[in-house]
Amino acid sequence: MSLRAPLIAALVVASSLAIAPGAPAVGAPQPTAAIAVPAAAPAADQVTPEVSSVPVGPEPDGTGVSLDVSVWPQASGKHPVVLLAHGFGGSKESVTDQASALHERGYVVVAWSARGHGASGGTIHLNDPAYEIADARKLLDLAATRSDVELDAPGDPRAGVMGGSYGGALGLMLAGVDRRVDGVVSAITWNDLADAFFPQAALNTPPTTAAGRAPIATPGPFKQVWATNFFLSAGRGAGASSASAAGPASSCGRFDPTLCRLFVQASESGTASPELLALLHAHSPKPTMAQVTAPTLLVQGVADSLFGLDQADANAQALAASGTPYAVRWSDGGHDGPSSHEAEETEASYQWLDHYVRDKASHDGPLPTAAFTYGIPATRSGQPSTLTTLPAYPGLSGGPLVTRELPLATAEGALVHPPGGQPASLIAVPGLAALGISLSTYQIAALPGQSTALDTQPIAEATTVVGSPVMRFTVTSDSREVTLFASVWRVTGGSVTLTNPLVAPVRLEVTPGRPTPVMISLPGATYELPAGTRWRVLLTSTESTYANSRVPSRIRITDASALTLPVAVGTSVGGAVAGGLDTEAIIALALLGVLLLLALGGWLVRRRRRRHLPARPDLADIPLVVEGLVKTYSDGHRAVDDVSWRAEKGQVVGLLGPNGAGKTTTMRMVMGLISSDAGSVHVLGEEVQAGSPVLGRVGALIEGPGFLPHLTGRQNLEAYWAATGRATEDAHFDEALDVAALGGAVDRPVKSYSQGMRQRLGIAQAMLGLPELLILDEPTNGLDPPQIAAMRPILRRYAETGRTVVISSHMLAEVEMTCTHVVVMHAGRVITSGLVADLVDSDDTTIVDLPEHVDHHALAAAVHALEASEGITEVRVDTPTRLVVVADRGRADVVAAAVGAGLPVVGVSSRRHLEEVFLGVISSASAPGEPIEPGDEGASLVERLRQVRAR
Amino acid sequence: MSETPRPAPTDAGAQPPGEALLEVMEPAGAAPTQAITRVRSPLSWRAEVRRQWGRRRTTWAFGLLLALPLVLVGSFFFGERSSNSNRGGATSRIFDLAQSGAANFSLVLVFLASELLLVLLAALFCGDAVPSEASWASLRYLLVAPVQRARLLTSKLVVGVGSTLLATVLLPAWGLLVGGIFYGWDPLTNPLGENLTWGQFLPRLALAMGYIFITLLPIAAIAFWLGTRSDAPLAAVGGAVLVSILLNILDQLDALDPYRNAFPGHYSRAWQDALAVTPDYSDMLHGALWSLVWAVAFTMLAYRRFRRSDILS
Repeated sequence: MSLRAPLIAALVVASSLAIAPGAPAVGAPQPTAAIAVPAAAPAADQVTPEVSSVPVGPEPDGTGVSLDVSVWPQASGKHPVVLLAHGFGGSKESVTDQASALHERGYVVVAWSARGHGASGGTIHLNDPAYEIADARKLLDLAATRSDVELDAPGDPRAGVMGGSYGGALGLMLAGVDRRVDGVVSAITWNDLADAFFPQAALNTPPTTAAGRAPIATPGPFKQVWATNFFLSAGRGAGASSASAAGPASSCGRFDPTLCRLFVQASESGTASPELLALLHAHSPKPTMAQVTAPTLLVQGVADSLFGLDQADANAQALAASGTPYAVRWSDGGHDGPSSHEAEETEASYQWLDHYVRDKASHDGPLPTAAFTYGIPATRSGQPSTLTTLPAYPGLSGGPLVTRELPLATAEGALVHPPGGQPASLIAVPGLAALGISLSTYQIAALPGQSTALDTQPIAEATTVVGSPVMRFTVTSDSREVTLFASVWRVTGGSVTLTNPLVAPVRLEVTPGRPTPVMISLPGATYELPAGTRWRVLLTSTESTYANSRVPSRIRITDASALTLPVAVGTSVGGAVAGGLDTEAIIALALLGVLLLLALGGWLVRRRRRRHLPARPDLADIPLVVEGLVKTYSDGHRAVDDVSWRAEKGQVVGLLGPNGAGKTTTMRMVMGLISSDAGSVHVLGEEVQAGSPVLGRVGALIEGPGFLPHLTGRQNLEAYWAATGRATEDAHFDEALDVAALGGAVDRPVKSYSQGMRQRLGIAQAMLGLPELLILDEPTNGLDPPQIAAMRPILRRYAETGRTVVISSHMLAEVEMTCTHVVVMHAGRVITSGLVADLVDSDDTTIVDLPEHVDHHALAAAVHALEASEGITEVRVDTPTRLVVVADRGRADVVAAAVGAGLPVVGVSSRRHLEEVFLGVISSASAPGEPIEPGDEGASLVERLRQVRAR
Repeated sequence: MSETPRPAPTDAGAQPPGEALLEVMEPAGAAPTQAITRVRSPLSWRAEVRRQWGRRRTTWAFGLLLALPLVLVGSFFFGERSSNSNRGGATSRIFDLAQSGAANFSLVLVFLASELLLVLLAALFCGDAVPSEASWASLRYLLVAPVQRARLLTSKLVVGVGSTLLATVLLPAWGLLVGGIFYGWDPLTNPLGENLTWGQFLPRLALAMGYIFITLLPIAAIAFWLGTRSDAPLAAVGGAVLVSILLNILDQLDALDPYRNAFPGHYSRAWQDALAVTPDYSDMLHGALWSLVWAVAFTMLAYRRFRRSDILS
């Protein structure tokens, strides 16, 4: 079902109108399409055929003719021979693939270009018994003389004949006149060429077989488009071979002039001359079918508006009458389109030859294939039909013809035949089916006034129609001749779709005004009718592929009877086709299986690896140990380089460092957010990796808070806590929210919060569950001084409970006031670490304050002098007014030495601010080898300070 | 400590903030490593549903889904009033059929929505889950909660796919209800096939929706994978939709036959087969298998990527 279909129907209809004149050509150049696909035989050692020119009987005018013949020989032993005949308009080249395949199966293969085709001489006589058929007999004679050909009797080779369309008819006719043929495969061919070109669907008697058609004596309307097409394809053949003996005889191309003249006449008049009819009758298997004794496989296509199923049916009837073994195979291909089961049909053909020709099976034994095989059309276009078999052809050889009545809802109607036969309905457009289009073309088929629709009742139960439905009605016309074309449509919902692009043409000679009863055979095919289906038999007065009378007339249809449907319930073959797994499904399944196995394998490997995480019991008492951490980002930047520090219980550790020092990277590694290249992080003795359970003992605020904006502050904390999977009682929501001091804002969505509110909520979230280790990255961001002051004792007292707090901050004064310990990082390394008190206050360091505006040179000289003094280890110019002196002597001695060195000391202190320590260690770390240039040093420090503050 | 009554939050103003917290704190040193007890697994599905449920995108997505049938009814109502003349075209036939009963209405709805709306919703629900957390900066807090990387993905994926399933089920069910109320409870009139009774139609519709759901999985998985690569929700959702459009374009190229059969989306319309009178399930089988292949492949890529990636958001 496609709802889109009607939308594009208009498009397709337009394009099909455009291609209609050329469309019939699609099927014609390859009449052997149905059996042209070679079996999937390995083309390992290709045998080159022996090419020879075989003289055959002369043309009617006495011109000598020789055929272009190829023989695929066998190297050793005696082998059966297969005559491989090509289709109309082709040549021996068009059967090369089949010849190779048959050769592989052990046959000597003879292929030839028929008279008037390819490089052979002569003209086309359309399978004249005196010419084309006689030529084939000559080739049998030729085969009998070959040393590699098996003989039944002297001059009688073990021989099969195979071909499609033109070649198929040749096979049947050859078998009819030459007893030497031991097996025939004949595809999409005719029984009576006159009936094929002047088809008549009006019946004398009801059919006794599935697709049987016993037409009335009046010839049907002329199948103009196909005839022209035949004609043109022969003309093309003439153009292709310059070596043609036939002269450039007018528009006849390589056709025999008599035949040509009769065809042209028919085309001009649109009616059949008795002469032409007699000729076409003679050039058909029909007259000699009764004499065929060679077992015959008949392959006929549903998609064939040239030689319908009725032609194969007639051939089968003749074979059944003479008791010759036969099998019938209906394909969904034909002259209008390719079969969806070409491979199976080719294989069945080869098996037929193998059985009866190569293996000389008894004619009384079982057939190598089902007696009747047909395809049930797929529900959707483009899908292969479902092959189904019956043990006998319905109506023949003991097979019953089962029928079912389908009553009509509309029993009468009227239509006109337009003057000049134009416009003509478009139904049997051969190209349309080949394009895989199964859309409603009803608008261009049922031209208003020129058609009448006879709808059936919905069918009660699902039915498969196999063959030609039959119906009766009464025709009244105001002219002596009535032409009608019947087609079968399916009515579903609001749309009407063509079941098959086939028509059943009817041409009646009637007395004007007098009702004439008529019985017609609708197009033979396999139809699937689900329960509730309604059919519409559309009767049109014109059809574009036929020669339409130019005389206008009015036609009345009355008393239309129920349809008689030939039905069958066969056995479907091939589990692969009917719902099983095909290649595509198997490939997809295999891929899926591989992927799932991969996933399972990966999961197992990781599970095992996770179990082997080493724990460090010796570190179990230490909340945080960072050892040798290294992280290099993908851009090559080494953000953290061998960083080691630890935070003990009860400590408030400050992590300090300028921008890019690697603080945040370290923090993220501590939390398992990014992986380290080397080193380890242990929290309470357990190694931290992504998602380690021990992280549950850590509360963190990293690079600012992150909340779901649509939830309130309280909901956010609850959502976070829900994600940990721990019990609500352990969270202490109220107490944590008390830290945040949000007041009534806790029940407002977070998106309305200020930065400070979010920051406080973030700290509160970190404190949820009272973690043993609290890691706060820049906790004072966005807080005002009172809030900072309020936070300070909280953190201090938090640590006093035996828990640990790690703070990274740029607010150096803040760190100094809050932290007990400090770790200073710079450029990815730890420069110094220790107690804050130790860093800011040490015995060996003395701060010397100087007045402003001291002369640079004097200062430098004094500093050098002081450095030279005994016991002074280092003199650093902190700022132009402040010196840091490190010495192993007492502070009084240091002051004395400074005064002695000529420094104008105005103040002395023991304690530095953390900021100074920080800047000092950073400057010494960033320029370890450079000499101390007091002026520059001061400037760069100020610059550094500015950078730090700017953060 | 636990005996002392906790100060009520209203009293908090009387004392400095944090005092309440410090009061409930017990010295940690006493019991060094009390085991952390979990009552549920980290980021349980329920927790994830709560995270996603109140979001505006979820509300909008489902709101749109629920509004679509009503908009359709409204437009039919307008159409009836404004064009009394018989337009006759094929399009009007679809619309006429939509109004012939609940079954047809819901089917038309599914037809209209399956091509883009459901694809978009699948990409949204699955593609947005991870990057939205990243963009709110809450992803890192989830991971240090701690939620294992794989566990986080699983919860996000389950809820995302679950939301997609809910949308896929809700659409025809709501369509049936709305269609039934406005156009009566007639069984399916097939525009090209034959009519189905309710007994035939409902299981087939369920099958078709199940199939549509499976064909949505590749896009969902692609969106999910892109979501683990990007911190921008739009990049993940838009990227997946873009991929789906691109594949649709490539699918039009006959030169790619038969390889295009493997494209996700090649068999996206095969669900219509389930509603034929004689259903042909071969295309649906192919489509479902290929969809699962792609869905599993991209889900694996997503896990692989997220397990190893550094969270820098």
